[in-house]
Amino acid sequence: MKLSKILKNGFLIVVACLALSACATSKKTTGQMQGDVYTGTDTVEYLASGVPDRVFFATNESVLTTASRETLRKQAAWLRKNSKITIVLEGHADERGTREYNLALGERRANAAKDYLMTYGISSDRISVLSYGKERPVDSGSNPLAWSKNRRSVTVKAN
Amino acid sequence: MKNFIITLIIILIPVKSFGLIEVDITRGNLNPLPVAVSPLSIDEESRKNFEKILKKKNIGSEISSIVENNLKVSGLFNPLNKDAFLQEPDIANLKPRFEDWNLIKAQALITGKVSYVEEKLRVEFRLWDVLAGKEMMALAFTTVPNNWRRVGHIITDKVYERLTGERGYFDTRIIYVAEEGPKTQRVKKLAIMDQDGANNKFLTLGNELVLTPRFNPTSQMVTYLSYFRNLPRVYLLDIETGTQEVVGDFPGMTFAPRFSPNGKKIIMSFAKDGNSEIYTMDLENRIVEKITNHPSIDTSPSYSPDGKFISFNSDRSGYQQIYVMKSDGSNVKRISFGKGIYGTPVWSPRGDLIAFTKLHKGKFYIGVMRTDGSGERLLTENFYQEAPSWSPNGRVLIFYRETKTDSKGKGFSAKLWSIDLTGYNERQVPTPTDGSDPSWSSLLSN
Repeated sequence: MKLSKILKNGFLIVVACLALSACATSKKTTGQMQGDVYTGTDTVEYLASGVPDRVFFATNESVLTTASRETLRKQAAWLRKNSKITIVLEGHADERGTREYNLALGERRANAAKDYLMTYGISSDRISVLSYGKERPVDSGSNPLAWSKNRRSVTVKAN
Repeated sequence: MKNFIITLIIILIPVKSFGLIEVDITRGNLNPLPVAVSPLSIDEESRKNFEKILKKKNIGSEISSIVENNLKVSGLFNPLNKDAFLQEPDIANLKPRFEDWNLIKAQALITGKVSYVEEKLRVEFRLWDVLAGKEMMALAFTTVPNNWRRVGHIITDKVYERLTGERGYFDTRIIYVAEEGPKTQRVKKLAIMDQDGANNKFLTLGNELVLTPRFNPTSQMVTYLSYFRNLPRVYLLDIETGTQEVVGDFPGMTFAPRFSPNGKKIIMSFAKDGNSEIYTMDLENRIVEKITNHPSIDTSPSYSPDGKFISFNSDRSGYQQIYVMKSDGSNVKRISFGKGIYGTPVWSPRGDLIAFTKLHKGKFYIGVMRTDGSGERLLTENFYQEAPSWSPNGRVLIFYRETKTDSKGKGFSAKLWSIDLTGYNERQVPTPTDGSDPSWSSLLSN
């Protein structure tokens, strides 16, 4: 938990990155990105107080970051408390890929989130998965920051 | 739709004259052949009849404009300005004064005549070799008046075939996705139009997201992805009747559909638990076969024209690359080894090339390679473009291109473009709205 608190702090990430040589070269941290994973809160909505609705991914990746895992654990706790709620995990990709591959990638990202929620006790029949590929960007920009916001899996209440 | 089938009566095919004019289409054509398209002549009574039916003042000129535009857009021909024509259309059609046409540097001449015969449109046309002073071809056909645009396309196909030795691609249609609205909430509809952008028709209303329509071999059916009821599934649409049915009703998303070359199967991807595999479904008996078996993303399948092989893209090597396998899924071989990532392989109708999309250093390319991956040739580079589809003669590719938005996220557009296999003659294909995911039909007049 301590680590995740640190990760929330942009300034401290810079310090952490400087300590790691690989991080300092290839994974530059700007205000809202670590490597090319979005870490800001611009587009994030909340399922409940303190429960962010989305997690972000690196380019072409479906691996959950430390921050994503923390978000999903919060979602799992909220889902356990609200056992009647069912959800749709909407997987998305940025515009820098072919349409069909991105549909598959969005599905893979949403399933990464699903698998993690299941390991925290959420039954698979409360979760459905829907990939939008690159069809529903949240930011219409054509720049790395916009693309990082669009590579996401969003947890949406289904009922 | 009955009138869609044109009645084609060939009255005369001269084979005696040897064409001296030849157009080489295997290289980029920097000196398009100068051709004079004389307006089709029309008698006053026929002109009045067609004006009443078709609301066109002179249907003869309209048809020849279609021919002229087709020839120009092909990049292989240079239709000459009509103001320089010395001979009247009706006289030229009987017996051209070749010196006159030679004077304006025309090498080929197209003449013809339109008449109103028993409520039908009768067209005859002739192709002349100006330098040799000979008739190269003469054809006539009769059809319902509403088919007048197709008449122009068929004339172009015949001329193109006579002068290049290859089948044409003008009497064809494009199915694509018409797009409107902001980038974050695009409204998408299936649309169909003639190859030159005319007769655009929307086939869905835009209530649900639709993607990647593809024709069957006879161009009467279309398979596509629809998000109807938020369940992304592969659908089948009969263009004539408008009937739609779901074909990929699997427990998860089905996408990236295409027909097999005989039209009897649909090949597509099915995504489940984070893994996309390629499947086929027999449309007659609904038997489903799993073709790939790998924990990576396998998608964008496309058959070879003989149906023996399938190309697809997979990220099993870590990044998206192009693979070829036998149609039963055996003998999987990676064929793309260049720098960058490769996707959307589409087998050419001739069977010798695979067109693809490539992403390298932040740029997107449309290219072609031989089916073993050798001879890679990039035809065009841009900020974003993908999804090539072949013209039925395998000489032209149509694809879509999206623009980079500005710092405020404004200025997004998606347009259809075409380019010759030679890498020359890149053109935007006109569409009434934005467009993407084009698929080229087969030749309709077959």
